Amino acid sequence: MKKNENKDMFKAAWNYAAAPESTDHINLQKQYDLYIDGKFIKPVKGKYFDTINPSNDKKIASVAEATAEDVDLAVKAARKAFKGWANLSGKDRGKYIFRIARLIQERAREFAVIESLDGGKPIRESRDIDIPLAANHFFYYAGWADKLEYAFPNRKPKPLGVVGQIIPWNFPLLMAAWKLAPALATGNTIVLKPAESTPLTALKLAEIINDCGLPKGVVNIVTGAGETGANIVNHPDINKIAFTGSTGVGKYIAKAIAGTDKKVTLELGGKGANIIFEDAAIDQAVEGIVNAIFFNQGHVCCAGSRLFVQESVAGLVIQKLKARMETLIVGDPLDKNTDIGAINSKKQLQTIQNYIKIGLSEGGEIYQPECSLPKEGNWCAPTLFLNVSQSHKIVQEEIFGPVLTVQTFRTINEVIEKANNTPYGLSAGVWTQNGAKIFHLTQRLEAGVIWANTFNKFDATSPFGGYKESGFGREGGLQGLKPYVKFE
Amino acid sequence: MSRLDINKTYKLYIGGKFPRTESGRYYAVKNSKDNLVANICLASRKDFRNTVVAARKAQTAWANTTALNKGQVLYRIAEMLEGRKEQFIAELIAQGESAKAAQKEVNRSIDRLVYYAGWSDKYQQLFSTVNPVSSQHFNFSNVEPVGVVSIIAGENQSLLGLISLIAPAIVGGNTVIVLASESKPLTAISLAEVLNSSDVPGGVVNILTGKKDELFSHMASHMDVNSIIYCGDDEKMTKSISEFASNNIKRTVFFKKNDWYNEQNESPYIIEKTLELKTTWHPTGI
Repeated sequence: MKKNENKDMFKAAWNYAAAPESTDHINLQKQYDLYIDGKFIKPVKGKYFDTINPSNDKKIASVAEATAEDVDLAVKAARKAFKGWANLSGKDRGKYIFRIARLIQERAREFAVIESLDGGKPIRESRDIDIPLAANHFFYYAGWADKLEYAFPNRKPKPLGVVGQIIPWNFPLLMAAWKLAPALATGNTIVLKPAESTPLTALKLAEIINDCGLPKGVVNIVTGAGETGANIVNHPDINKIAFTGSTGVGKYIAKAIAGTDKKVTLELGGKGANIIFEDAAIDQAVEGIVNAIFFNQGHVCCAGSRLFVQESVAGLVIQKLKARMETLIVGDPLDKNTDIGAINSKKQLQTIQNYIKIGLSEGGEIYQPECSLPKEGNWCAPTLFLNVSQSHKIVQEEIFGPVLTVQTFRTINEVIEKANNTPYGLSAGVWTQNGAKIFHLTQRLEAGVIWANTFNKFDATSPFGGYKESGFGREGGLQGLKPYVKFE
Repeated sequence: MSRLDINKTYKLYIGGKFPRTESGRYYAVKNSKDNLVANICLASRKDFRNTVVAARKAQTAWANTTALNKGQVLYRIAEMLEGRKEQFIAELIAQGESAKAAQKEVNRSIDRLVYYAGWSDKYQQLFSTVNPVSSQHFNFSNVEPVGVVSIIAGENQSLLGLISLIAPAIVGGNTVIVLASESKPLTAISLAEVLNSSDVPGGVVNILTGKKDELFSHMASHMDVNSIIYCGDDEKMTKSISEFASNNIKRTVFFKKNDWYNEQNESPYIIEKTLELKTTWHPTGI
């Protein structure tokens, strides 16, 4: 294990006083029920589970566990609401969605704090990225509701009906927005299930949905784990499943709905290549590498988790990257200085630690900066693996944590082949100052989102989704409407 | 004195060549009087796997062929088919169509090729966008081919159906592996001869003949196939195709009972079914 040649250079200079965001202003209940048919109701079987703060292992609230009976109630409510919602004028549907956007903006600070408490992400990210992007997403699709015929020339779009939406724990509110906004704009009604470990902002969103006067039953939010999700997937009166999560579960869903008339869109895993050429702006590229893999603790399906550096600059890039990693602050998600927050759950921490073990046993050379990790909670230092190749498990499989593998290359064709040699195809990054090289690469990389001289950027107007085993369907932009409509 | 006809041996079409099936097996297609029309190759799993290799090999170069060129290649297919109309009409009649229906089908097939040839350098502008992101980036989304596509053709309108599936898939830059209509395979193989003389590079369109029951699972499960199109209303097969396709998240496209004359089957939205959307970001701030 190689350690810390840069530590003396930085540690002394980079001590920050703690700057924690206050939690005084947030409203949280001790217990959360299901949001079905415009009401907060207790689960039929009366079961609840705890949602835990991953930065200190303390319980935040207990949350209802929806069983098949509850899912059925939610689907019935959505079915009952469908006709009215679909037949409402696009203008009025839009107005409701605009209201949701505004209410999120008004309560943005509260939502940001709760997102960081429940999920462990740095407050800087929930405040500047998750919550504003979620509001923007509603604002964007609100405007589409009365303009749908312009999105599909020469066709008449109609809503699908009742949509089941299952979202992950890495961007809890943002993923809810990505799913709800286009579905509502196109006139569908919804049963949404947030992830088991991060249900709170979706339940707070239910409050907003209630406050904005949305007709009852149009949005229903049921909480629970995988079994609740399976009940949604297999419910016979659901017309479409929209899922974001692992490729494994995505395959299960695709199989489960085979032979039914259910439509599906899947936004699945990734193992994004981030490619640094010798003619890149190296300092910017190093920032890009850090953002690509350590953003949101690496809990990002489109993370740039496979770094490819051109051999001629590999030494320099790795040296600068290590130095930059020394300055990353790992710790309290609510501290505004924090760069890397808590790992979302014990289970995910074990998964990451297991991959680190595998990387070591396969002969990878590990590098972690010397940083003190809090005693309580789930933490993982930012991690590099050098001396790895295409055949290593940590190069092939999605780790979903702050773990970066580093490989080198000599020629463009070599790096294109290596970058594409994966079953995934969600994202890729290219760093070079040569314009022709950028387009040469972006045309040939098999991925749904390509960042050139940037990484991990998102926008409501920008379609997002994968090639190959990273799923199908797009979220965001005009193209994000299509998964929620059918044509006569 | 009447002349003795030369009967054609119908073979497979793989990678621009006309091999017999490696399995050496055949099935007989007969006319309504129970006379033999032709022995048809009964393609095997290995034939299919070889075809995937050929289709994959051809895909990148075909995708990188300019849109203008692809359009001209499709137009060339129409020209070649126009010149061989009589042969196709005769084959459709041998497969049971009336003379009038056969003529109508061939004409519409040629026109459909011309229709899609025209889309070659236009559908991109229909489906691509420049996205007004709220940060200092230039952001655009453009369409690209999904890759290698398996097509299980339907049993009706064997020529028009085939062209209505092949043309939109290849104009989108995909390469395809087609399993021809089981009961009416003749026109499919003759179409291969047309393709072979139309500047369509070998491997872009590959045509197999054989039994759906035997081949559908391989066509749906092969890990190097990106998408599968199934035409038919066999519910069990539909379900099974979806299950196999889930193994590598293959894109599935289903055409149930379908009249290929239908207007909806002549549409850029059919091209879109075998396209992927790629979004690219670049900073604009300096």
